[in-house]
Amino acid sequence: MTVSGVLIVIMAVLFACGVYAMLERSLTRVLIGFLLLGNAANLLLLIVMGEPGLPAFFGDADKDEFSDPLPQALTLTAIVITFAVSAFLLALIYRTWQLGQADTVADDEDDVALRAPDHAAEEDALDDEVEVEDADDEISSDFIDVSTSPITVLHHVDHPAIDDDAPTDAPDASPDAPGDGPNDKGTDA
Amino acid sequence: MSALIPLLVMLPLLGAAVALVAGRRRRVQIAASVTTLTAVVVIASILLGAVDASGTPVAVSVGGWPIPFGIVLYVDRLSALLVGVSAVVLLAVLLFSVGQGYADGDDDTPVTIFHPTYLILSAGIFTAFIAGDLFNMYVGFEILLVASYVLITLGGTESRIRTGVVYIVVSLVSSILFLAAIAMIYAAVGTVNMAQIAERMAQLPASTQLVLHLMLLIAFAIKAAVFPLSFWLPDSYPTAPAPVTAVFAGLLTKVGVYAMIRTETQLFPSSDVNTLLLIVGLATMIIGILGALAQAELKRILSFTLVSHIGYMVFGLAIATPAGLGAVAYYIVHHIVVQTTLFLAIGLIERRAGSTSILKVKGLMRAAPVLAVLFFIPAINLGGLPPFSGFIGKYALFDAAAQVGTPLMITLIVGGIITSLLTLYVLMRAWNLSFWREDDEPDEAELETLDRVAYLKGAPAAAVQTERRAIPKIMTAATAGMVAVTLALTVFAGPLYDLCARIGEGISHPVHLSQLDEEAGQ
Repeated sequence: MTVSGVLIVIMAVLFACGVYAMLERSLTRVLIGFLLLGNAANLLLLIVMGEPGLPAFFGDADKDEFSDPLPQALTLTAIVITFAVSAFLLALIYRTWQLGQADTVADDEDDVALRAPDHAAEEDALDDEVEVEDADDEISSDFIDVSTSPITVLHHVDHPAIDDDAPTDAPDASPDAPGDGPNDKGTDA
Repeated sequence: MSALIPLLVMLPLLGAAVALVAGRRRRVQIAASVTTLTAVVVIASILLGAVDASGTPVAVSVGGWPIPFGIVLYVDRLSALLVGVSAVVLLAVLLFSVGQGYADGDDDTPVTIFHPTYLILSAGIFTAFIAGDLFNMYVGFEILLVASYVLITLGGTESRIRTGVVYIVVSLVSSILFLAAIAMIYAAVGTVNMAQIAERMAQLPASTQLVLHLMLLIAFAIKAAVFPLSFWLPDSYPTAPAPVTAVFAGLLTKVGVYAMIRTETQLFPSSDVNTLLLIVGLATMIIGILGALAQAELKRILSFTLVSHIGYMVFGLAIATPAGLGAVAYYIVHHIVVQTTLFLAIGLIERRAGSTSILKVKGLMRAAPVLAVLFFIPAINLGGLPPFSGFIGKYALFDAAAQVGTPLMITLIVGGIITSLLTLYVLMRAWNLSFWREDDEPDEAELETLDRVAYLKGAPAAAVQTERRAIPKIMTAATAGMVAVTLALTVFAGPLYDLCARIGEGISHPVHLSQLDEEAGQ
């Protein structure tokens, strides 16, 4: 089986870049890393197909002249799956942005509490939750300190319960009416 | 008979479609989900009976392609048993969540997607269990994973998004590894059909086999939460809604274990990494249970015991004798049922007491005596106290290991016994603090009790304090039903264990392509 060396190099670079990007805290970069990894895996499937040949199941040539159709089918399936997961990740990133105005993965407060056991031990165990400072200074979003959200939601109504600064195109909606909620709830689902 | 097999996947998907279209008509949704899962339970029992009676597995080639080329669904005793048990568990958890939904009056909240997603999750689990080729198994994994992403971030609250992100990113990495491993296996042997892989794999050089073998094992070990790839589980499971956590804890890790079993027995019978698996299994057991010791929050405690008990399954798999594999099959069934029941019981505790921290919850014995029983029985079962199924499963594992009798096996047995005792200690500590402590206990006695667990003061606090609410009957009934199933595993341990022994005997020889052909031809 002969394969193209260029393809192999590209695949290796894609895998390396993908892993590197996925190690980032910013979810947007995780998404990019995932896309690179997905493409690297698809390329790997194409490489294992071997030498390209005639379209399979078409015409009547010698059977050695046809391309191997199975990796193509596998690649198509994998592309669809990657697509669906990317869409979900985008929704997740937007939700993270809405909640915290950042797209980074926050530290687990419990982990932070465990790391400083002396601090935690002073608290009475019967008291309420251990207060932990948010590690805000570690946030490394590309959008930090930008006053506008990257996306304007049409017909989005400001809702007091949701802590975001997403621009609204209906800013005059009465903020005292919690009944405005349905719109928000619908999009949050 | 073979016509029934595709139904295991099609019915849940069809049910999901109906539930999605039904939208906000909750009764239709519930009816669709319950009917679908009940039908799967029935079909799985029929298949199990038929496969067990005839002794030959059933294979069906979907779409009519000749067998090594098309998608093959393959049901042997192990698949049929696991599909059946999963369907029962899924059904019970569904009833539990229905009860919860009714009580909370969630007609307005956006959980119309819960039922469809839940059914798609079921379809993914069943697909993974009956896949006859590696790529179809990958598709099954993806179906269940994508559904689980939605379920773990249900409602989109801040804590769920945070923990969900950890879960999702880790799962993505495992999926890509799996896909890359499939591509490399295809490059090496030119097929993705498991039976054909088994035939051709033996002709490859041992080093190539080892690389492919380890790649697959790593991908599955992440899913199964085997140490050192288990870090994500205690972090991400506890924040999800109680029914979701219950079903994840019971089933999703077991799908990973099932895939590891197929890898070891079917794909790479001639490549031997059993020593590695034994060491990893020991580490999983011990480190998992030590993690549970340091926790004061019920869901976290259980998540760590879950990791710890995956170690037993890896242990049994690495024994690699028919007796060991049979013991694993029994242990998986036991663990699916018991772990889910415990999470359901904790869902009830959370509801009744408004918290899941064992330092805060108290006086439940007087307030909810039924709940005390519902938590106690699965707890001592998981701890491995005779005569329950946990004891039978562990005894079978240790017995199989003792028959091999190498020093490493003896170490594993000792490690297993220590883990079992620590599990019992952890769960009884939780039970004592939450149930035996009096609500109106005088301060001194209370402080004295808490002094004894003073080392827990630094432990992570319970997530959220919720209001105390009454428990709807249907939730109690669903949990009680699951407890009854755990008891049934004990009462009917004889026939079930015989079945598992036959499973161990059956899967210890890889299936060959010619067998599949014959079966599909019938």
